[in-house]
Amino acid sequence: MGNKIKVFTNGIIRENPVLVLILGTCPVLATSTQVSSAVGMGAAATAVLLCSNIFISLLRKVIPDKVRIPCYIVLIASFVTIVQMLLNAYAYSIYDALGIFLPLIVVNCIILGRAEMFASKNTVVDSALDALGMGLGFTMALFVMASIREAFGSGTWMGMPLPVLADNPVAIMTMAPGGFFVFGCLIAFVNKFGKYKPRKKSFECESCPSATFCTMVGFGDCQERPKEEA
Amino acid sequence: MKEMIVIILTAVFVNNYVLQQFLGICPFLGVSKKIGPATGMSAAVVFVMILATAVTWPIQTFILEPAGMGYMQTVVFILLIASVVQLVEITLKRYMPSLHSALGVYLPLITTNCAVLAVCISNIDTGFTFLEAIFNALGSGLGFFLAMILFAGIRSRIEECDPPESFKGLPITLVSAAILSLSFFGFAGVIENLFA
Repeated sequence: MGNKIKVFTNGIIRENPVLVLILGTCPVLATSTQVSSAVGMGAAATAVLLCSNIFISLLRKVIPDKVRIPCYIVLIASFVTIVQMLLNAYAYSIYDALGIFLPLIVVNCIILGRAEMFASKNTVVDSALDALGMGLGFTMALFVMASIREAFGSGTWMGMPLPVLADNPVAIMTMAPGGFFVFGCLIAFVNKFGKYKPRKKSFECESCPSATFCTMVGFGDCQERPKEEA
Repeated sequence: MKEMIVIILTAVFVNNYVLQQFLGICPFLGVSKKIGPATGMSAAVVFVMILATAVTWPIQTFILEPAGMGYMQTVVFILLIASVVQLVEITLKRYMPSLHSALGVYLPLITTNCAVLAVCISNIDTGFTFLEAIFNALGSGLGFFLAMILFAGIRSRIEECDPPESFKGLPITLVSAAILSLSFFGFAGVIENLFA
């Protein structure tokens, strides 16, 4: 039982996909302008992650090793399409706010990364817990970042006007530069006060969406290539 | 012709994929440490963006939409991009080994680059014609190229600086990306008035 809890909490704090593993940067920067769209993005990605982790774990003994990445991508893309259609039908405002970043969940490194690193090796229950933990960690990081950006940028929180801040909005926070800036400061904050030492300080191969099938993993900088290639 | 130039300039400067729309952030932060790999990666992205658009646009317009299967877009596009990248790599390796040694390294990395999928989808969503779509892909690729080259230069300076301990590495890189992104605000409104 303790083991199961550890699998679940792993993604929320110690291996937070956004602030510690630095995965899925594009949606984090793009959808954190408002708390509501950030939560929508988090929920959509969690739903896709949960479904893909469960199914990949179920099929892990059936999928041949050599074609596993294309299989995972097709599975993930199908779940993304389902989520896209559901949001379009029942939550159009979120569908509209997320825009192009909704289909782009397919290429979100967190989902492919968890499929390859966790779901393909573990049982269904563990994979589902891992997906929930990682999804919650992703949503929480997005929520914190969106709260900061919306509070300072528009002077509101979840659409509610805040005292003082509403009179002095710093519009740049909701624009592109504010996204980079807040994200940089949040990672610096985690580096400084994080209970767990961050595993790495720069952007290396593990953060790359292609790391799972790249021939140059661990060689860094995408330039040094192992001499021998089949 | 004027429209095409406007599309390219808008994609490069005003709606820069990396700095204004947050697409393709992973390679932007990952491969921009040195100018050499940054150039190679960006050239490969430009190449694949144009090729992917040239393949996905006709398939969406002439096969998926008449068949009423527009909802299959995401699945079909990601598979098409993956196979196109794979085919290009095999072809280059066989017929153009010199080009393959320059670009080939980066090709497999591009399959899951969100900027490539995004350019294909947004070409459909904006309702571009085939020619406009190709020019938009070219512009978006060039915008990525410009951002990468500029940022590689900035990063070589950052490496020599001594920021506070907790800002070392990725945080200071992101803060400088914010300043670079801010500088691109200067282009907003310029393109519309340039040809007015």
